[in-house]
Amino acid sequence: MSITAALGEGGAATGAAPRSLKRSRAHWVLLGPGLIYLVLLFVVPVGALLATSLYVPVPGGDIGQYQPALHWQNYPQAIAQFWPVILRSFWFALLATVAALVIGYPMAYAIAIRARGRTLLQGMLLVLVVAPFFTSFILRTIAWKQILADDSLVVAILHWLNLLPEGARLTATPFAVVCGLTYNFLPFMVLPIFAGLERLDVRMLEAGADLYASPVTTFRTVTWPLSLPGVVAGTLLTFIPAVGDYVNAALLGNNTNTTMIGQVIDARFFKVLDYPTAATLSVVLMAAIMLIVTVYIRRAGTEELL
Amino acid sequence: MTSTAGTAGSAAPVGDQADSGADLELTDVTKSFGDFVAVDNLSLTVPSGSFFALLGPSGCGKTTTLRMVAGLEQPTSGTIAIGGSDVTGTRAHQRPVNTVFQSYALFPHLSVGDNVAFGLRRSGKSEIARRVADGLDLVELGHLADRKPGQLSGGQQQRVALARALVNRPSVLLLDEPLGALDLKLRRQMQLELKRIQTEVGLTFIHVTHDQEEAMTMADTVAVMNRGRIEQMGTPAELYELPRTAFVANFLGQSNLVPGTVVDRVTKSGLLAVDVSGTRILVPEVRSVRSSGGVLVGVRPEKLRILVGDQEPTPAENVLGPGTVTDVSFMGVSTQYQVEVRGLGTFGVFAQNLLGGSTVATGAEVRLAWSVDFTFALDGADAPDEGTVDLDDEP
Repeated sequence: MSITAALGEGGAATGAAPRSLKRSRAHWVLLGPGLIYLVLLFVVPVGALLATSLYVPVPGGDIGQYQPALHWQNYPQAIAQFWPVILRSFWFALLATVAALVIGYPMAYAIAIRARGRTLLQGMLLVLVVAPFFTSFILRTIAWKQILADDSLVVAILHWLNLLPEGARLTATPFAVVCGLTYNFLPFMVLPIFAGLERLDVRMLEAGADLYASPVTTFRTVTWPLSLPGVVAGTLLTFIPAVGDYVNAALLGNNTNTTMIGQVIDARFFKVLDYPTAATLSVVLMAAIMLIVTVYIRRAGTEELL
Repeated sequence: MTSTAGTAGSAAPVGDQADSGADLELTDVTKSFGDFVAVDNLSLTVPSGSFFALLGPSGCGKTTTLRMVAGLEQPTSGTIAIGGSDVTGTRAHQRPVNTVFQSYALFPHLSVGDNVAFGLRRSGKSEIARRVADGLDLVELGHLADRKPGQLSGGQQQRVALARALVNRPSVLLLDEPLGALDLKLRRQMQLELKRIQTEVGLTFIHVTHDQEEAMTMADTVAVMNRGRIEQMGTPAELYELPRTAFVANFLGQSNLVPGTVVDRVTKSGLLAVDVSGTRILVPEVRSVRSSGGVLVGVRPEKLRILVGDQEPTPAENVLGPGTVTDVSFMGVSTQYQVEVRGLGTFGVFAQNLLGGSTVATGAEVRLAWSVDFTFALDGADAPDEGTVDLDDEP
């Protein structure tokens, strides 16, 4: 009975108690695997990460030897040293998110609204959006290296059109990294927006037109606000992994002005063996993302639409 | 009044001069979807300020006609004019027309007030707040302006949809089965409400419905549509008392139709004599579509009188029979009889319960009599059961 009360079941009648007790046990059985999984593979590691972020080197010890401590100064130190990289990561992720939105929204709109009713076409277009997942993430990113290489067709054409100055290159530039991020996370933008627009009743658009709104005004006042939950989901699914991504920066960047925070954390953990700094940066990244996401969802005003 | 320019959308064509409604004129309008002709060479004039109903079964082209007037579909050929100016080819947002959609199509992300203000904002009207308040007061929902459509009942949503269209004072207001989703009681109430509002605002209303009772209750003029064409147009009473096709006779109310042949034409009294399976039936010539050859003789069930035993008809009555009463349903205000007349089929009879109780029992031998003046005759080539409402087919 106390368990049911704690769960807010509020089963007052004593006759109902055994049944609701059984039901609450069923709740725990169903939740069990997920809870165990989350505790073992998320809560415990995050706790370990938080602890590690406060460790100090063992005095006189070898490289990579640390001991438990509450050395909070690790935080100001790490931030002071790496804030440009952190800032750049957020900047690149923002650029990639905006680019993915600009490319992805029309795609989602075309599939959900224009192809509505033509099931076969819609299915094929959706398969095309998801098709890249059939090849490895790394392979696709390496392919972008070829696409943007100095002797590639793209660069040749851009030179020929005088859009790219003589001697300038695309590979190993911030542009290449943002391109890679945009490309790799595009499906995560398209699919939630598609799901949102798929549910949009096209009669709303007719009602807009009927009430003197031009197609552009109808889009601005009806379609866009109604697709906002999808847009918010899509931008989050793009932005969050993009901030922490290190594969694109490592494969398409140049190690000077393209370094992202994921690369630094990777290097601190596995090359420099500076576990406390790596952990500190991970925690800072996590906190910053949570803060930004919270503010973003509040500002988008999508709580009630979701 | 209508502009073909103004793609920017903010320049809506509706002016305040539309306040009293405007004539709507469709000329030779045809709409085909591939091989299917939804609307077939339709011409129609709806005078300003009238309540006009387009009545027909689903698939008869009435909604397509409405959508063409709204600008949501373009006719394959023909022209549409509102208030004398040709609007064919202009798009929905450029027409001084508003629609109450069957599904209401309220914007779920906007409050009731913002839904109602939507059209006013687009057309840059002044005093939006006051107009919205007036519009909501008209449908008695002033107190719900801040709610979202999802928080309202079906009937309330329907009234918001009506207010959202009405506040713009369109030249023509289109209603696409607006009461279809409401339950019977609410529908009756809203029918009266709509009629009251139409009289109050004086706009031209075009109401599309498959419900003949709804059309008859509300509209000044009803056009019965079938297979993309208008079968007959007139006041509800005209259509009911003098249908000109079997479709109208059966779709609007019920009719008893029997085939016969014109055998004599009495010019002096203006009557036609029709041979119905050996019985001579008289029809006023003005109430007959044809004055020779094969016809369908018709009479409404409530016009029929049951003659029992040696009861005699008056000289001004037609008589058929004898027949057998096969079914008696007591319905309170009236009793409904089914009378099987050999060689002619089953007749429906509605008898008012003026004396109380049913007097004729199943199995009784009776004759049927009705006034010659209530008899009508249709083209004999019409199928007698065309337009019969199939109850399973009702949406």
